[in-house]
Amino acid sequence: MTDPLDDLKRAFERATPAPDTERRKGNLARAQELFDRSQVSEAERRRTDDRPNTWAGIRQGVRHMLNGLTSRPVLAATGVLAAVAFAALLVTVLRDAPPRPPVVVADAGVLPEPVAPPVSAPEAERPTPAPAEEAQADTTDQLELPEAPIPAQQPTFPIAPRRTDPASFDARFAELERQREILRVQLESVPGPDNGAADTAVAREGELVVASEPPPPPAAVPPSPRLVAEFSPDPAELRQSVRSVAEAHVAAWAHDVPGPRRPNTEAFANEDASPVRVTSEEPVSTFSIDVDTASYPVVRSSLTNGYLPAPESVRIEELINYFPYAYAPPEGSGAPFRPTVTVSGTPWNPDTLLMHIGIQGRQPATDGRPPLNLVFLVDTSGSMDRPNKLPLLVQSFRLMVGQLDPADEVAIVAYAGSAGRVLDPTPAADRGAILAALDRLHAGGSTAGAAGIQLAYRVARDMAAEGEVTRVVLATDGDFNVGISDPEQLESFIARQRESGVYLSVLGFGRGNLDDATMQALAQNGNGQAAYIDTLAEAQKVLVDQLVGTLFPIANDVKIQVEFNPATVAEYRLIGYETRALRREDFNNDRVDAGEIGAGHAVTAIYEVTPVGSPAVLHDALRYAGRAAEPPGTAESPTGSRELAFLRLRYKEPGRDTSELVELPIAREVGEAGADQRFAAAVAGFGQLLRNGAYTGDWTWADAIGLAEANTGDDRFGYRREAVTLMRLAESLAEAE
Amino acid sequence: MAEAVQAVVRPEWSSAGGCSSVSGVPRADGDLAQAAAEGDREAFAELLDLYYDRIFRLCFRLTGRREEAEDLTQDICLALPGKLRSFRGQARVTTWLYRIAVNAAHDRRRRTASRTRAAGGWGDWEVNRRAAATDTAASLDWLRRSMSELPGDLRDTVALTVDGEMTHAEAAAVLGISEGTVSWRLSEVRRRLRAMWQEETGR
Repeated sequence: MTDPLDDLKRAFERATPAPDTERRKGNLARAQELFDRSQVSEAERRRTDDRPNTWAGIRQGVRHMLNGLTSRPVLAATGVLAAVAFAALLVTVLRDAPPRPPVVVADAGVLPEPVAPPVSAPEAERPTPAPAEEAQADTTDQLELPEAPIPAQQPTFPIAPRRTDPASFDARFAELERQREILRVQLESVPGPDNGAADTAVAREGELVVASEPPPPPAAVPPSPRLVAEFSPDPAELRQSVRSVAEAHVAAWAHDVPGPRRPNTEAFANEDASPVRVTSEEPVSTFSIDVDTASYPVVRSSLTNGYLPAPESVRIEELINYFPYAYAPPEGSGAPFRPTVTVSGTPWNPDTLLMHIGIQGRQPATDGRPPLNLVFLVDTSGSMDRPNKLPLLVQSFRLMVGQLDPADEVAIVAYAGSAGRVLDPTPAADRGAILAALDRLHAGGSTAGAAGIQLAYRVARDMAAEGEVTRVVLATDGDFNVGISDPEQLESFIARQRESGVYLSVLGFGRGNLDDATMQALAQNGNGQAAYIDTLAEAQKVLVDQLVGTLFPIANDVKIQVEFNPATVAEYRLIGYETRALRREDFNNDRVDAGEIGAGHAVTAIYEVTPVGSPAVLHDALRYAGRAAEPPGTAESPTGSRELAFLRLRYKEPGRDTSELVELPIAREVGEAGADQRFAAAVAGFGQLLRNGAYTGDWTWADAIGLAEANTGDDRFGYRREAVTLMRLAESLAEAE
Repeated sequence: MAEAVQAVVRPEWSSAGGCSSVSGVPRADGDLAQAAAEGDREAFAELLDLYYDRIFRLCFRLTGRREEAEDLTQDICLALPGKLRSFRGQARVTTWLYRIAVNAAHDRRRRTASRTRAAGGWGDWEVNRRAAATDTAASLDWLRRSMSELPGDLRDTVALTVDGEMTHAEAAAVLGISEGTVSWRLSEVRRRLRAMWQEETGR
C-alpha cells in the first residue's frame, strides 16, 4: 500500500493556491512600514535596557515568560515551591499506599501520545540524542522516589529562595515539567485493554499505574539535575538566561492573549457569583439541587496539566458535592432524604457564620432494587480515538458491567462513526456478549451520525417495563452531533423524552472540545446527571461506587428554599449554585424542573450568613426602612429571634407529578462543625479562590490547604487527599502568575 | 544580496536527510534575520520577500482555506517587526518563523472558536459537511476530509512536514515537542488515513 502521507502530499501540491499578488504587495509594504516605526521604539527600548539589572526585572522576566506560554500547558511554578509540592505529593501518595509494587501496565496497543516531557526549545535544537534506556530508567527512578532524599511529609514551604542558577534553569524547568508529566500519567492511569490487567489497574489513589513504553522513547531528557541548585550571583547572566528561556519557549504571540491559558474550544456554563443579599430586602433564597460533579474533574485536569482553571469553569457546588460525606441517612419510611443543618464559624471571616445544609438520600437496599435497563449511546467519531476517550470509555463501561445484577439489561448504540445498534438488549448475566460488543466499538470513519439519539431512546422505550428503571447513558467528547443538530431542538427532544420516564446521563471524556454547557443542558433536561470522566479512577467513582445512586433516582425535582430571619440575619450569601437559582415563586410550581437525588447521594449547600450587629455587615441600614416595610411573611415566626432561618424542601417521588414538602427550622445556636462540614468549607473556600471571589478576604491557599488537610477524615477512596494535592498545585501556580 | 539568497535555499533541501541538520544551519538567512533584528531595513524587506510564499503555503496547510490563509499571512507580516526582537541567532530562521505562524494560527483558531466547535478552516469544513450530510466520496475533497478528520495537533504536524521542507527535528522545535513525538504523530496520521481509506473503499 502506498504511504498515505505521500497521497496527502500530492493532494496538497494540487490544492495549495498561490498567494494573492495584490495582498502580497500590500502586506510587504505595511510590514516594512511597521518595521521602520519599530526601529524608533527599539532605540527607546535599548536605552532603558541599559539600566542596572534588578531582581524585580528578573521576576518580571519570569512572569513575562509564563504569560507568554500559550502554545502548550506549562508548569507555571518557577521556584523550589513547586518542586516541594510535587515531592510532598509523591510522598503523600506513596505513604498512603499499601506497600505493594507499582502496577505497570505495559501495552503496545492503546497508547497515549508519548509523554516525553516537553523539551524546552533550546534543548530541542541542540542535537542531543539521549539513549532511550537512560530516559526510560530515569522515569522509573522518579516513581520510586521514596528512596530519594525528600523533605519530611509536612514540608514547610520555603518561600525565600527564588534564586536560580542560570546554568541549570533550563534543566530544572525540564525536570519540573517531567515531574508534572509523571504526576499526570499517574493520575490518569489509562490502562491497556488487557482484561486481567484492567482489573488490577482500577486506580484507587495510592497505586501507581503507568502506561509504559510510549512508542518513541522520551527524547532528550537531561540527566536529572539537582532540584535546588547553587546560586550563581551574576544577575546579568541570570537575566539573559531567563530571557532566552522565555523566548525559546516562544509563544511571544501572547501580546494580545493574556494569561497562560491554552487554546481551547470548551464552553462552560456558569454565572457570576451570587452577591450578598440583605435579609430585610430579600429574605428568601431558592435554588434547585445539583448533584453534578463535572466541574471538579475539569479543575483537576487543568491543575495537573499545569495551569489554573478558567474561573468560569469552576462551579463551587460541584466541587463540594464531589466528595462523599457521612451525613445521617433518613430513618423509617418518611421522606427519601434527610437534611442536616450545621451552623459554625466561617474560616475566612471571623464575623460571619457558615450555614451548612447537608442532604443525605436514602441508601438503597441493593438486593431489592428494581432491574435496570441501560442504553449506552456512544460517540465513535474520529475525535474519540484518543487513549483518554474511547478506550477509557470502554474500560469504564467494563467496570460498570461487572457491577450489574443478572436481571439488568444493556444495549449499545453508537453514533457518528460506526453508527447504529451495536448490541441489542442483552441481560447483564451474559457478560461475555456485552464485553465483546464493547470491544467492537471503534472510533473513526467519516459517516455522519445517523439518528443516534432517537434510536437510543427507541431502544430504551422498548426495554422499559413496569417497575424497572431505564436510562440512556450518552458518552461523548463534546460532539453532540447525535442526529439532531440544532442544540435547542435537541434539548427539547430530550425534555419530551423525559416524559416517558427514561432518564439520561451524560458522560464527558477528553478535554479541549468538551462542550460543558451543552452537557449540562442535556443532563438537566433529561432528568439526569452530567459527569466528566478523565481517569479510570473517576469512572470507578461515577459508574461503580455510585452506580446505584447515579442510576436510581429516589427523589425528582428537588428544590431548596431558605427563608432567613431578619431579626437574626442581616445578610446572607449562597456559595455556588449560581446556575441553579430559581425564582421564589417557582418553588411551589410543580411544573418547574429541578435536580434529582439518587439513592445514597449526598448534596451540600453552604450559606455564609452575617448575624445582625456583626461588624461584617456590608450594607448600611436604610434610613427610611422600618418594620412596616418588611414583607408580612417574615414577621410571622413566633420564635422570632431564636431562629436563624427556615428550610423548606420540595421533591417528587419518582413517577409522581405532585411534590411533597419537608420543613425544618434552623436554630441560631452556633455548633461545632464536624470534619465533613469543615472539609466542605475548605473546598468552598478553595473554589472561591479559584474564581477570584470577592468574599474570602486575606484567606490564603495555605489556609485552604491546612483546613482541608486537617479534615480528610477516613477518606476511604483518597478523594480528599487528592483535593489537598490539587490545592497545593493551585497555590504554586497562583504564586507564579 | 541575490546570491546570498540563492545560497540560502539550497542547503535546506539537501539537509532533509541528515539527522544533524539542526547544527548545519545555513548562516546566510540567519544573518539576514539577524541583520533585520539589528535594524537593517533592507535585510528585513529581503527576508520577508523570501519567506512570504512559504509562510502563505504553510498557513494554507494549517487552515485549509485560502481566505483564511491570506488573513493569517497578513497577521504574521504585521506582527513580524515586533517579533524580530525575539530572534536569536541560535534558532533557524524557518523554525522561528514557522513557530510564529503556528502560534498565530492557534491564536486565530481560538479567537474564531464558537460555542460548539472551532469554526474556520478544516473544522469549519467538517461542520458544513456534516450539516449538509453530503458525504460524496469524490476524490477531490479527499484532502479536505482527511485533514478535517485529524485532531488539531496532528494537523499542525502534517502541515509542517508534509512538503518535506522540515525535518522531524525541526518540526519538533517549532511545536515545542520532542522529535519522537513528531514521528509518532506522523505514524498516527498514516494509521488514521489508512483506516479511513479502507473504510471508504470497503463501503
